[in-house]
Amino acid sequence: MQQPSAPAVLEPEVRQARAADGATAAALSGAWDIRALESRARLLKSQLRQLAADPGRHWDLSRIQRLDHIGALLIWQAWGKRRPAQLALAHGHEVFFSNLDSAAAAVPAAPFDPLRLVRALGAAMLLTAEHLLGMVQLIGQILIDSFGLIRHPLRGPWREISASLFRVGTQALGITALVGFLIGVVLSYLSAEQLKAFGANIFIINLLGMGIIRELGPVIAAVLVAGRSGSAITAQLGVMRVTEELDALSVMGIPHTVRLILPKIVALAIAMPLLILWTSGIALIGGALAANTQLGISVHSFFIGLPGAVPTVNLWLAMGKGVVFGALIALIACHFGLRVQPNTESLGIGTTNSVVTSITAVIVADAIFAVIFSDVGISLS
Amino acid sequence: MTPVIEVESLWTQFGDHVVHRDLNLVVMPGEVVSLVGGSGSGKTTLMRQILGLEQPTRGTVKVFGIPLQGSSAQLVQKIRKRWGVLFQEGALYSALSVFDNIALPLRELRAFDEDFIGDMVMLKLDMVDIERRHASKMPADLSGGMIKRIALARALVLEPELVFLDEPTAGLDPDRSESFVKLIRSLHQKLNLTVVMVTHDLDTLVSLSHKIAVLAEQQLIVYGSLKEAIAVQHPFILNFFLGERGLRALSAVGASVKLSGKD
Ligand SMILES: Nc1ncnc2c1ncn2[C@@H]1O[C@H](COP(=O)(O)OP(=O)(O)OP(=O)(O)O)[C@@H](O)[C@H]1O
Ligand SMILES: [Mg+2]
Repeated sequence: MQQPSAPAVLEPEVRQARAADGATAAALSGAWDIRALESRARLLKSQLRQLAADPGRHWDLSRIQRLDHIGALLIWQAWGKRRPAQLALAHGHEVFFSNLDSAAAAVPAAPFDPLRLVRALGAAMLLTAEHLLGMVQLIGQILIDSFGLIRHPLRGPWREISASLFRVGTQALGITALVGFLIGVVLSYLSAEQLKAFGANIFIINLLGMGIIRELGPVIAAVLVAGRSGSAITAQLGVMRVTEELDALSVMGIPHTVRLILPKIVALAIAMPLLILWTSGIALIGGALAANTQLGISVHSFFIGLPGAVPTVNLWLAMGKGVVFGALIALIACHFGLRVQPNTESLGIGTTNSVVTSITAVIVADAIFAVIFSDVGISLS
Repeated sequence: MTPVIEVESLWTQFGDHVVHRDLNLVVMPGEVVSLVGGSGSGKTTLMRQILGLEQPTRGTVKVFGIPLQGSSAQLVQKIRKRWGVLFQEGALYSALSVFDNIALPLRELRAFDEDFIGDMVMLKLDMVDIERRHASKMPADLSGGMIKRIALARALVLEPELVFLDEPTAGLDPDRSESFVKLIRSLHQKLNLTVVMVTHDLDTLVSLSHKIAVLAEQQLIVYGSLKEAIAVQHPFILNFFLGERGLRALSAVGASVKLSGKD
């Protein structure tokens, strides 16, 4: 058996010398492997460079005790990527230099592109168009597959829908309640100060009732769900792409629109309005409690006054928003999930984009609702 | 001479499922050791424990004479620069190109300039027989066999003294398996590499390994040369080496092994 590599690291050394015929020479000795070179590569390289400036120099590498590809490459680069004419190598070290000569042709650098910015802008616009197109295609595919489902309702993904409902709905009750309650309290405190100044204490009911039921409740619940379930859906579909699970479904002839996407859209469209009711309810309780301490309006009279201040149609409007927001979030999350490329970075980017897009979409949709229904359910009693 | 790897009375237990019972293994410098055993016999687990990725329930693992458990983080870090690992699935960083994957360990040293790193990467790509034009590709755009060879290039880029290979030839065509065997053999001669590999590929196993460690019944039932391994009467060995495929591989390399009980 061969001797093992000695544990002690021998210093790599470069010395100037003189060859027998009087020519300049350089003698290298010691260990020229990664362990020894790690800390002194730059220094040695500049030393070698100086010596290599003399093309007629003889190189004596025969006293190098240990050599590896790293050491060989370092020396060879100092030579200007070709062997010197006069070279003495230790026995067995020839192999390290033999494949180096082919390494010379390195990768060509990317050429400079003066139109880079213009190209980037164009690419971004094309990407946006592609996203819109992809979204429309997804909706179309889901509709086609849903028609098939109407003919065979028993084959529907009922279990998946129920599982998704639990995940996006039931499990979101805690966080939406907490956030809703705090928002209700804060809002009530802030308004109470202002209303007190005008002696309009009783209008806290109108203010909170309208604000929370019509606008804040739906938007807060939707933003929370977009962050919570939207990211989860994108990540799940994305990982399934990375691990080729989506391809496995396709080759089994199981359309992933029906098994994976439809259940999520249906579940969110059902869960979202309910979550909105829940969030608004808790926020109103928080608001009523704060109004009680700040303005002396009892919780009982707060809720007695609520139906008078907020027409019932606002509840329906909130529920309608819920259905739209839920479906939008699920659709966007699935769209981005399916577009994830099979690598980890794309997964991260996809998830971020999904959440940002769905929150933006929710707010845009809310604005559209506000314009369309501007004269519905707003009565000053 | 200090052993490269020393595993002493190692126990591994998951719940009440015992995977290794009092297992001992010593690998000396310059040896090529193949770890074989049935599916689920604990080969991958053993390798992960030697690499310090998992903790054994009991027992010690020393690499280059340094115990992995209880040593300072710096010391363990030093060991990690001296070994290279080829994972079963390659484990290339999917967000980095082939070039950057191989360059990463070199860049991490902060000792070499980009020109050097570029040449080194190209050299390693040549070594594992990957054309240079693939250097800018992303791992997702590569075939399974290419991923494996590039992962090997990455494992070798720091000129390790110890190399772990998990199923190195699975997924390679016979030609490439052959050149893989040649590559490992030449590296072993050049650099006196110590190799520990898990493999089911009999050709690779027979043509490369000095020693064979057979894992069965929670222990190493054999640890020795091919000849010694074949001599042991155990159902796994009978099936693995002396089955039809095994005999073919053995005769192909002209192993002058006396096949006990079979001829
Ligand atoms: N984290 C874990 N928790 C519980 N059991 C585990 C864990 N890791 C491994 N095991 C069990 O340990 C045993 C050995 O697993 P291991 O992956 O080492 O097998 P292997 O020899 O590599 O098999 P193969 O050849 O199929 O890859 C298996 O029975 C496995 O179920
Ligand atoms: Mg395994």
